[in-house]
Amino acid sequence: MIINHPLLGPRDTSEFTYLGDASLINRPDWQSDTAAPEFHDYLYLRDNPAGTHRELWFHEQGDRSWLVVTRNTLTHEILATELARDVARKTGRGK
Amino acid sequence: MRYSALAIMRQVLNGHRGWTPAWRDPEPQSNYDFIVIGGGGHGLATAYYLASEHKAARVAVLEKGWIGGGNVGRNTTIIRANYMLDGNQPFYELSLKLWENLEQDLNYNAMVSQRGILNLCHTDAQRDAYRRRGNAMMFTGSGAELLDTEGVRAMYPYLNFDDARFPIKGGLLHRRGGTARHDGVAWGYARAADQRGVDIIQNCEVKGFRIENGKVLGVETTRGYIGAKKVGVAVAGSSGRVMAQAGMRLPIESHVLQAFVSEGLKPVLDGVITYGAGHFYVSQSDKGGLVFGGDIDGYNTYAQRGNLPVVEDVAEGGMSLMPMIGRARLLRMWGGVMDMSMDGSPFIDRTGIDGLFFNGGWCYGGFKATPASGFCFAHLMATERPHEVATAFRLDRFKTGRMIDEKGMGAQPNLH
Repeated sequence: MIINHPLLGPRDTSEFTYLGDASLINRPDWQSDTAAPEFHDYLYLRDNPAGTHRELWFHEQGDRSWLVVTRNTLTHEILATELARDVARKTGRGK
Repeated sequence: MRYSALAIMRQVLNGHRGWTPAWRDPEPQSNYDFIVIGGGGHGLATAYYLASEHKAARVAVLEKGWIGGGNVGRNTTIIRANYMLDGNQPFYELSLKLWENLEQDLNYNAMVSQRGILNLCHTDAQRDAYRRRGNAMMFTGSGAELLDTEGVRAMYPYLNFDDARFPIKGGLLHRRGGTARHDGVAWGYARAADQRGVDIIQNCEVKGFRIENGKVLGVETTRGYIGAKKVGVAVAGSSGRVMAQAGMRLPIESHVLQAFVSEGLKPVLDGVITYGAGHFYVSQSDKGGLVFGGDIDGYNTYAQRGNLPVVEDVAEGGMSLMPMIGRARLLRMWGGVMDMSMDGSPFIDRTGIDGLFFNGGWCYGGFKATPASGFCFAHLMATERPHEVATAFRLDRFKTGRMIDEKGMGAQPNLH
C-alpha cells in the first residue's frame, strides 16, 4: 500500500506504524461522572467495519507526523489522507 | 458408512463405485433448538459436540459459503498446548487431549501428527522465560523439555547456530504438539455431526437476528427466516460484521495473517520450529512443501490477502534461521482474516441478548483450539454455564480487569 502523505507525497506503508481506529483521537473526559465506562469503550471496543475505515497511521520512519487515513478494509484502497492535527482541530481541540 | 480398512478393500473390489457423500445437503427447517452460525472448524465442532455430548437433536450449522472454506482452510495446521497463563493453558491442554483422540472419535483421518514443536531461544533471558513457560506447561501435564544448543543441533543440524547477532542457545521442546490436516478436521467434524442428525446448511448467509424483549428468536438468512431457541456465533474473522447485526461492538479488530508454502521437497524437517529472534515458524507438510508464516500485516482488513513488507519480513526471518530455505521456491501464499482481540486471548461467552452466544477473538491461534472451542461452546450453549477450562474467556473481562494478556502487550491488537 502507498499512503499519499499530505506534506511529503506518496510514501510506502512500511515507513509507517499503525495504531487503529481514528476515534482514538477523541479521548473521553476523565472528570466525567461516567469516565470509567467511557474509557472502557474508548480503549477496548471497536466498530471494526468491513468497508470504509478511518484510521491512525504514524510516519515513524519519516516526518513523525500522525495521519488520519481513510481506507477501504475490503480492497485496501486509500480514499483520503489528512494530518491528524487538522482532524483534531476541526473537532474544536486547541492543540 | 463407517470408514475402515475393510471398507476400502470392499470398495476396491467393486471399483470404488459404492462411496456415498460424507454429509447430506438438507433444506433448512423452519426452526431448530440450536443454530450455530459459521461452518468452519469451530462451528462444526460445536455442532458435533452439541449432538454427541449433549444429545441435542435439532441442530443446524449455517454457512455463508461452503464448509471449511474460511480460516480452517487458511492456516498453518499447527496444534499445541504451550501457553502459560491460568486462563489459557488448561483450555489448550483439553484441546490437545481431544486432538489425540480425534480420529477414533470421528472415524475420520484428520492426519493428526504429534511431531513436536521446538521454540528456539537466542539469549539467556529468553531461556529463563522458556524455563518458566515450560514449568507452567508441566502443571497441566502438557509436557515440556528444555534443550541446550547441542540438543537442538542433534535434531536440526542445518539451522544457523552461529549467527553473530542471534546464536541458537537452546529451545523449549513440546513433544505432544504437531500438525493436523486442516481440511480433514472440518470434513471429519461435518461428517460426524451429520451422522448424528445435524443439518449442515451451506450457501446460507445470515443477514440479521430477530430479537424481541432482549431474547433472540431466530435469524434472517438468504434462505429465509429460521427460528431457534439458542443461537451460537462462531465466525472468527467476520465476528465484527455478524455481531454488528445484533447491535454489538466487540473488543476485536480484524487483521490479515499471511502464510506460505514452498515447492515440494524431500523430507528435511520432521517437526515444527519457531524462531525466537523474529516472528517466523516452519514445518513440512506430508506432500513435502515447507509451510511457514510470520507476523500479521498489522492494519484493519477483511481482505484475504496481505502486502509485500510482511512477505519480506517473513523471508528475512526464514533466511536468518534456516539459510537453506533460500534455495526453495515459493509455491503459494495466502492470507486469512483474524479476529485480533484486545489481549490476544479468545472469547467463549454469553452476550447481553438472551439465547445468543459468542465464540471468537481467536487471533491467529484458532486452529489448535478447534476441538476444545467446539467442546466448550457446546457446553455453554447446552448448559448455560461455561466449561471449567473456559471460564476466563469472558467478553466483559476488560471491564472487570481480568485480562488474559499472554504477551503483555496491552490493548494493541496488532502487537499480539
